[in-house]
Amino acid sequence: MTKAHGLDRRGFLARGLAVTSATLLGGCDELSSQPWVRRVLESAETLTRVTQRALLSPNDLAREYPEADLSRVFKANGSTNPPDPDYRAQAANGFADWMLQVGGLVEQPLQLSLAELRAMPSRTQITRHDCVEGWSCIGKWKGVKLSTLLARAQLKPEARYIVLHCADSLGRSGTEADKYYESIGLADAFHEQTILAYEMNDQTLPIPHGAPLRLRVERQLGYKMAKYVMGIEAVDSLANIRGGRGGYWEDRGYAWYAGI
Amino acid sequence: MAKREVIYRHAAAVRITHWVNALVLLVLLMSGLQIFNAHSALYLGSKSNFDDPVMAMTAVREGGTVKGVTTILGYSFDTTGVFGLGGDPETGYQQRGFPWSVTLPGFRSLAMGRHWHFFFAWVFLFNGLACLIWSFGSGHLRRDLAPTGKELKHIGGSIAEHARLHFPKGEEAKRYNVLQKLSYLFVGLVLLPLMLLTGLTMSPGIDAAFPALLDVFGGRQSARTIHFIAAGGIVIFVAVHIVMVLISGVWNNLRSMITGRYAIEPAKEKP
Repeated sequence: MTKAHGLDRRGFLARGLAVTSATLLGGCDELSSQPWVRRVLESAETLTRVTQRALLSPNDLAREYPEADLSRVFKANGSTNPPDPDYRAQAANGFADWMLQVGGLVEQPLQLSLAELRAMPSRTQITRHDCVEGWSCIGKWKGVKLSTLLARAQLKPEARYIVLHCADSLGRSGTEADKYYESIGLADAFHEQTILAYEMNDQTLPIPHGAPLRLRVERQLGYKMAKYVMGIEAVDSLANIRGGRGGYWEDRGYAWYAGI
Repeated sequence: MAKREVIYRHAAAVRITHWVNALVLLVLLMSGLQIFNAHSALYLGSKSNFDDPVMAMTAVREGGTVKGVTTILGYSFDTTGVFGLGGDPETGYQQRGFPWSVTLPGFRSLAMGRHWHFFFAWVFLFNGLACLIWSFGSGHLRRDLAPTGKELKHIGGSIAEHARLHFPKGEEAKRYNVLQKLSYLFVGLVLLPLMLLTGLTMSPGIDAAFPALLDVFGGRQSARTIHFIAAGGIVIFVAVHIVMVLISGVWNNLRSMITGRYAIEPAKEKP
């Protein structure tokens, strides 16, 4: 066997390997873009949600940590300083005129100022924040239990989801379509640790973490915990809201049930 | 002299769960690397101490150039083009952990990576349970996999034989040797269940239902680190497994895992 022949064969093998792996990988990427493949893969989300709901009793609490475990640096993700003009005006004013709107399928729509929220019974918890990216930070949160607000507003029987409307737009268009929003089911909405937090680590909630009000849903991932909350809406279906999948990231392919 | 003999080596349950598992582990590995790339650093404990990772792949700007740097337990390595930094001057550099050629999908998409990962995690669970239940019920575990005291006593000899790439023939070749038994048991009863449990410990929902998991693995970020290391362990096992399949009679091995039939070469007659 000549040397040239050996090189040829090696070159052929290498090229063959490259073509094969490119075809396989390309095949998987091609699969990822097929709607039916997405549907099949996303069916696992339903299985996960049903299983976790069966395993989780409504009273199961996310672990609460001692003060010593607080993160020295708590990473702020997503919007960290919303450029939206309405929000900037509110922030410049120290959120003095800011009002939380509670509406939708409720008997008693509410409008609450920060002072009114602070005057309501509060809950304080030191919990772990798990980002979908994989990192975790531990923070101390103080706020009003969402259940307290919902009890006051009195949900109509057909209400099934709580939608949170936010002040920040993550996309670049600056239109309503880029505004952050999220939604949770009633099991999480009425959970003991689900609060609208106005304090973090004993300080007024800072802007990077969602001032003046953010949601905490401690048994799910970070993207569920909407920041810069402006309004709460009780609905019977998510289908007609924006992309129809129940949240800003959900409309961009992420799972609605973020318990894993 | 004994003749070449064909035996029925692998039951259908073994063959089916083996190939399902092979596919599932490949998808889980590649989609897992996609998920890892969303935050290419590992930590110990409950939370991420961002300035003190046990392992991190980052892009670092140094003067006018940018480098890919991998840091493991405080030691840094230049891994430009492989880990930490990819791309080239024309297409533009990109900070990322593992190359997109080994992730699923083959471009940055945490959302799709998670869909692939969790769908196949369910298949992994069902396939693993089926294999485990069948192995207990049929006696496969006791009969074929549990090493005998005698085998354990002579493990040194078996290691020496393997190191010289001498593989058993005749009667000896009809069953797994002690090193095979121990490695299959370790992967099946330790590594794979560890992957499942550390994976579940990363779920805030599961942590609320079973907080003991957090204590067992030393916190969510430790669980994530163990998940990564155990995945590496499986990659090493599969690499060795494939090498052994290749050098101990590749067609015979492949046929036995597809049709169940395995040819036994006669042992040399002892003087």
